[in-house]
Amino acid sequence: MPKKVFIGCGAGFSGDRFDASIPIVKEFRNISDPKYLMFEVLAERTLAIAQQYRIKNPDEGYSPFLDSYIKPIIDDCLKHNIKIISNIGAANPLGAAKRILEIAKEQKTKKPKIGVVVGDDLLEYMTNEEILESPTMEGLDFSNNQITAANVYLGAKPIAEALSKEADIVVVGRTVDSALALGPLIYEYNWKNEDLDLLGSGTICGHLLECGAQVTGAYFADPGFKDVPNLAKVGFPIAEFYQDGSFVITKPKDTGGLVSKATITEQLLYETHDPSNYLVPDVTADMSELILEDNGENRILVKGGRGKKAPQKLKATICCDNGFMGEAEISYAGPNALARAKLAGEVISERIQILGLQGQLRVEIIGGGSVHFSMDEASSYELPNDGDYRVRTSAIYPKRYQAQQMVDEVMSLYCCGPAAGGGGRGYVTPQSSTASILVNREIVSPNVQIKIL
Amino acid sequence: MTKLNLPIHSIAHARAGDKGDVSNISLIAYLDSGWRIIEKSATKEKVLEIFKHMGATKVDRYELPKLRALNFVIHSALGGGVNSSLRLDRHGKTLSSHLLHELKLPISKDLLPINSPYLKKFKD
Repeated sequence: MPKKVFIGCGAGFSGDRFDASIPIVKEFRNISDPKYLMFEVLAERTLAIAQQYRIKNPDEGYSPFLDSYIKPIIDDCLKHNIKIISNIGAANPLGAAKRILEIAKEQKTKKPKIGVVVGDDLLEYMTNEEILESPTMEGLDFSNNQITAANVYLGAKPIAEALSKEADIVVVGRTVDSALALGPLIYEYNWKNEDLDLLGSGTICGHLLECGAQVTGAYFADPGFKDVPNLAKVGFPIAEFYQDGSFVITKPKDTGGLVSKATITEQLLYETHDPSNYLVPDVTADMSELILEDNGENRILVKGGRGKKAPQKLKATICCDNGFMGEAEISYAGPNALARAKLAGEVISERIQILGLQGQLRVEIIGGGSVHFSMDEASSYELPNDGDYRVRTSAIYPKRYQAQQMVDEVMSLYCCGPAAGGGGRGYVTPQSSTASILVNREIVSPNVQIKIL
Repeated sequence: MTKLNLPIHSIAHARAGDKGDVSNISLIAYLDSGWRIIEKSATKEKVLEIFKHMGATKVDRYELPKLRALNFVIHSALGGGVNSSLRLDRHGKTLSSHLLHELKLPISKDLLPINSPYLKKFKD
């Protein structure tokens, strides 16, 4: 059993910096303990879009950024035995694995052994009706819509199983993010189902890593209050995990950013509800008794993670088409700008009524606390009447042309609106809404398979 | 000692996350003295009031004294959630700043972290 396991995270969302993993790989070259590089690149929305690509072309549907993440590091990873774990498979993990094999061939690396986890796609073994009958946790009622994607969050065990089959790279689709770290830990330390505190600690470690630099000083800086050195070169996180379940969070040498108790605490609670009951398929992690200790420069030791029995049911996300969103903006600046911006907002609202477009129209004044208040709500900021304000309107309609009509109305303010409006921009985007349901494990388990390519 | 009515931003930091239509916002004190204040003063009732205009219906509050942190789970605060919201900030990522700005408390100089820019507000 290894004394230490190293896990780095090279991406925390789909589109995260493509070169972020390079310093981690460089650092890992000189480490002889087991080492893993995870890429978390699959948001709820990303999967619905990926499904559409796969329907159009069965070879596609994996992360559109696969080449950008894999190409810079695959050769070094294979040479130095750094195993890659990623949900880069999105709607087509097998397709992703094939593409990685092509990249390896192009780069003339040694041929990697790729483990692929399939079985998260509920549409392959559940009917629409069965899916819609499942209890809804959160989100909208979808009974009248066509489901475009339905994927259950798998746990860490399939990843551990793929590693036990000597995979160099493990590709998954929908899998709970923290499992990208927990899988390697289960494999290396041979944890069993009853090792709840260890599974809990591994999950907490994965949770801290899964958003990339959000734990190493990114998304943290507040100049004068929370200063972060060299943010442009922020180092992505590395966990150094010990047998007893404690671990250090750090970052590669010669990178920017900051690892402190404060950066760890912010990330720990990010997207967490009850800290004593953080639910993943493998365990209910408990972070309520966690202790953070300084352990050198940019090194924080995390200990006291616990775990309780895993939840009975699994969470799945379902996606449906949900019409089209129109968004448009136009600016007013200088004397009396606020009054002109508000008049513009009022004109748009009235025009939408005249056109008979049904549905909610939101009007915000950018420069006036737009992300916290709509135009109709009293902003708590004191706003000077002279200034620089930008009106933004948005609405979702069933048809594209309706969303375009709303956008056109904002553009018409160029000639028909208050004085001196400029910089108009507008666009229409298809919408996909999501809901979360609970699924019985017995339905899912028989369909989860590891394929080795 | 003089106390000024300052945003809680003077003694704590925060980060917002989203799951569906639920926003969660952490509130983390810089110092132990700040923890004693936020533990007492940052109630779920106050937080609900701050997010009511966004549609918030309920707030759960969790305490993590070892980390000097509170975690607020604010239900129905995201205009339907990231895939349905009409807001510019569909995730509600900026809501942490809203909490830090709107929650105001009487703060004395000795409660501020070293070199806090808020020190300038105290004239003596």
